[in-house]
Order: sequence, then structure tokens, then C-alpha cells
Amino acid sequence: MRPGSGQASTGPTLVWVYVAHLALQDFRSYESAEIALDPGISAFLGPNGQGKTNLVEAVGYVALHGSHRVSTDAPLVRHGAPRAIVRAGVVRDERKALIELEINPGRANRARLNRSPVPRPREVLGMLRTVLFAPEDLVLVKGDPGERRRFLDELLTVRAPRFAGVRSDYDRVLKQRNALLKSAAQHRRAPGPEVLSTLDVWDTHLARTGAELLGARLELVAALGPLVAKAYAALAPGRAADLEYRASVSLPELSTDRAQLAEALLAGMAEARKNELERGVSLVGPHRDELLLKLGDLPARGYASHGESWSFALALRLASYELLRADGDDPVLILDDVFAELDTGRRNRLAELVAPAEQVLITAAVPEDVPEQLSGATYEVASGEVTRVR
Amino acid sequence: MYEGVVQNLIDELGRLPGVGPKSAQRIAFHLLAADPADVTRLTEALREVKDKVRFCSVCGNVAEAEQCRICRDARRDTHVICVVEEPKDVVAIEKTREFRGRYHVLGGAISPIEGVGPDDLRIRELMQRLADGEVTELILATDPNLEGEATATYLARLVKPMGLTVTRLASGLPVGGDLEYADEVTLGRAFEGRRLLDV
Repeated sequence: MRPGSGQASTGPTLVWVYVAHLALQDFRSYESAEIALDPGISAFLGPNGQGKTNLVEAVGYVALHGSHRVSTDAPLVRHGAPRAIVRAGVVRDERKALIELEINPGRANRARLNRSPVPRPREVLGMLRTVLFAPEDLVLVKGDPGERRRFLDELLTVRAPRFAGVRSDYDRVLKQRNALLKSAAQHRRAPGPEVLSTLDVWDTHLARTGAELLGARLELVAALGPLVAKAYAALAPGRAADLEYRASVSLPELSTDRAQLAEALLAGMAEARKNELERGVSLVGPHRDELLLKLGDLPARGYASHGESWSFALALRLASYELLRADGDDPVLILDDVFAELDTGRRNRLAELVAPAEQVLITAAVPEDVPEQLSGATYEVASGEVTRVR
Repeated sequence: MYEGVVQNLIDELGRLPGVGPKSAQRIAFHLLAADPADVTRLTEALREVKDKVRFCSVCGNVAEAEQCRICRDARRDTHVICVVEEPKDVVAIEKTREFRGRYHVLGGAISPIEGVGPDDLRIRELMQRLADGEVTELILATDPNLEGEATATYLARLVKPMGLTVTRLASGLPVGGDLEYADEVTLGRAFEGRRLLDV
């Protein structure tokens, strides 16, 4: 049985991916847990604080090597345990793969694929793709620009794991360059030639890795924009939603040529140099850019109502899902406690949009929160015990 | 915690690179049980290395005299200098027996985070060696990481006005390896550095 397989009538042939098996050891509140899952819809029900979100967070971790709730790994490990282990049996085009991640806070994580260790955990990224909707998504609309940059970079990494490397190279260059600027700023007198010539070197490297990241983000926003507009219109008819990428430097018109972008970044750094030396931080580059979310002519941040902000956040996730499907993968959808926040109209429209996915994992406090269109397997979660009831 | 002297030994061993508390303890107890002659030989070796070994006045490699073995060797090509970060890099390149020129050991790489700038490396000494025009090629063999690349870029810019040939070690796929096992960064680099195949 293959729920939703009739939906893929147009576009590329989809690769069906779903999680068939999830085992946790010392992850969050779970000392150990094992769950068998089917394709289609699975709902995890139970009162608050029983560990529903922890389950879907673990699935998300397998896909992204990060949590949607916290930025460090330490809270993921059960209090008092040295490490957490997440095992996921992923069925990909009818072949089963076992992904195992060992989460070591403060040290490198380790990964195994089909019981053999891989040299870098990064190599199992891309085996499972997920799109996760959660109450935390509201910060995408209402929060700092950093949240929206993270959203773009995470999506880049899901589509092309190489970007995990680009991102970490960029962060490293930025750290080195900031350290240099900071030490120059502390000396108060005009920086000597050796500082300036070293700075030139870091400028070149920042421009090169920065252009790579910037170009990829621009291409992503161009692809995502129309999908966000469409998803928003489907969820909340009214003002039109749109995306605009605002870079910290003036960019060549409609070009994502990496060499041209690097030129633009170098020119921006040359212009900002005096200011950067005074303040001791890098003021130019993708780490200072903003993804502007617009409703009509106004920015969503500060102008949108609570309901509109929620719909925009959901539209961003739905658009990510559509984009990944267009790439030929059918990501697992995770809806973590999202229905409680929505009115009946939006609830039903969201349910219709997600129902065709190969696998949908839902958490909710009460069964009434789950729309009828999404009835399927049901699990009860109570004080760290997961039982299938239907 | 152990009695004074034993714990001292464990603490000292634990300060060595790559030795954790467990290994330090294991080594300490191995030494306690070892033949006194073996331990004497070890202490002798440690003392000698601090007394006798110094750094070559020309290239900065470890040496037992004013100059290192390679700098003293008249058969080495004086037109080529290979720039490396650490003395252990010299050993690695020497093992290949491919390189017949001389070395220059920088003593690290540019890393503002660790407070290492060009002035903290043996760059002034390198410029002095290049001044007389005998050297015609400079091979930049710093590590293929961010700091190594930055150091290489810095040096390349610095010596550009001197008009010598500056080359950088190739980075790419390991020989004898399978393409499928290369990580995407390495593979990406190898793509960038692809060359024409002459047939």
C-alpha cells in the first residue's frame, strides 16, 4: 500500500522515503525507546511534557544533524548520560538503510551507516530528508535576521550536503578575520602594514567562500519565492506573500556568477574597511544579509498579525517541501504541535496540502487537534512510553 | 588520585599531545614496572633532546649543529625552496625522495584566533634567503586547510614583485583510492584543479 502515490502524476519521478524504525537511547527524556512506523500518517498523542516532541525531534536530527529546538547538542542527551544514540531505519526506494548517530556533546558526533562507521557524520546527511513544522517556526517571521539566514542555509544543506562544508569554512574565515580586526581595533593606533596585508588575504578568502554561500542563497530564494507565494495564497487568501534577499553589499543585477559576487564582496569590504577596523568586526558578507518576508508591500516582521505570521511560517515550510519534491525526493513531513495554533479553515487547508506526502508524523496533545483528513496510525505517548493504539 | 610522585608523573604525561588521563595513567604504571635501565635510557633521551637539538639557522628545521643536515648537503638544489609549516612536514616530504631542493620551516601558519600573525612566523628569514636572487622557484607546501591556504596566499602576494615561480602543492584525490570514497570537498577541489590529458 502506498498512500499518495497517485499524486506524483507530473514532475520528476519521486524517490519514496520514509522512516520505518526509530530507536532512541538516552535521547532527551528517553532512556530507551523503539518504535516501528509505517508510511502514511502517524499521530503521536498525549498530554504535554510526555515526550512527543522528543520523538520527532530525533527524526529531524537524523536528517539535519541538528535540533529545531536548541542550537547545541547538550540538552539532547538524557541528564546524567554521557551520550545519546539515535538509530533510524530509513526505507529509500524500497531499500532499507540503518543510520546511527552517536551524539557526543562537546565532541565530534559519530555516525554509522548499515553498521559500518563513516569517516564523517556529514556523509549520512541526505539519506533522510525532512521538513519540520513547529511552533518555533514563528521566529522565522518575528525573529532576528539570523533565524531566516539559518532557514536558508539549512535548506541549502538538505538539498546539497556540500553546503555544510561551505558554511563551516565561511564561519571559520569569519572567525579568523574578526580576531584580526579585533586585535587591530584594540591597538587604537593606525594598523601597521603587516595587519593590512594579512587582512587582504582574509578578504580574498571571505570573498571566495562568501560568494559561494551568497550565490547559492540567491538561487535558492529565486526558486523558493514563487512557491512561498503559492503556499501562502492557499493557506491564507488575502495579501500576497513574497521574498526578497537583501545583501550587505550592492550586487550585480540578476547574476549569481560566483566571480562577480566575489568582486562585489571585495568592493564592499574595501568600502567598509575603515569602519571595520574601528569596530573590530566584519560588517560585510552573507552573515550580515537579510531575507525579507513581504506581505503586499510591507515587511511581515512588525506588520503582520499573529495569524498572518503563522501562515507565513507555514508557507516557508510548505515551499521547502515543494522544492525538495521538485528535486525528486519526497521528504518526511513532521508537524509538531502546529494544529492547535490554527483556526479551522487554515487547519483544513494545511491538512489537504500535507496529506499526499509519503510519510507524515504529527504530534498533538488531544485527538481533536488532528484534522480528519489526517487520520492514520495513532500512538499514545505517556511518561516516556510509546504505545501504538490504532 | 595517587601518592605525590606517581600523580606528578601522570599529570606531566597527561600534558603531552594526544595523551588523555587514562593513557597517562597506563604509561605511568608501565614505567613504574619497567626495568630501571629502560627508564634511564628514556630520561637520557629526553635530556639530550633539549640539550643538543636546536633549530637550523638557515631553514628553521630541527638540527644538531648550526645548520641542519639538508642545508649542509652541497648536493641539494639551491634554486628551489619548499616552504612548510613544521619540521615534521620536512620529514614527510623527504620520505617521497621527490624533492631535491631545500626547505624553509615557518613554525606554524597565520591564525589570528591563536594570535599568530606573519611576524610570528619565520617569514623575514625567508625574504632574506630570497634576496640574493639565487632561488628561482618557491613551492608553497603549507597545510591544505584554511590557515595554510591563507599563509600561502600571503606569501605568494609578498614575493610576487620578486618575479620567481611560485607554486602550490596540488590538492585532490588520493592515489590508489576510489572516487566514491572521496569526500565532497576533496572531490570538489579535484574538479577545480583538473588538467588536460595529453595523448
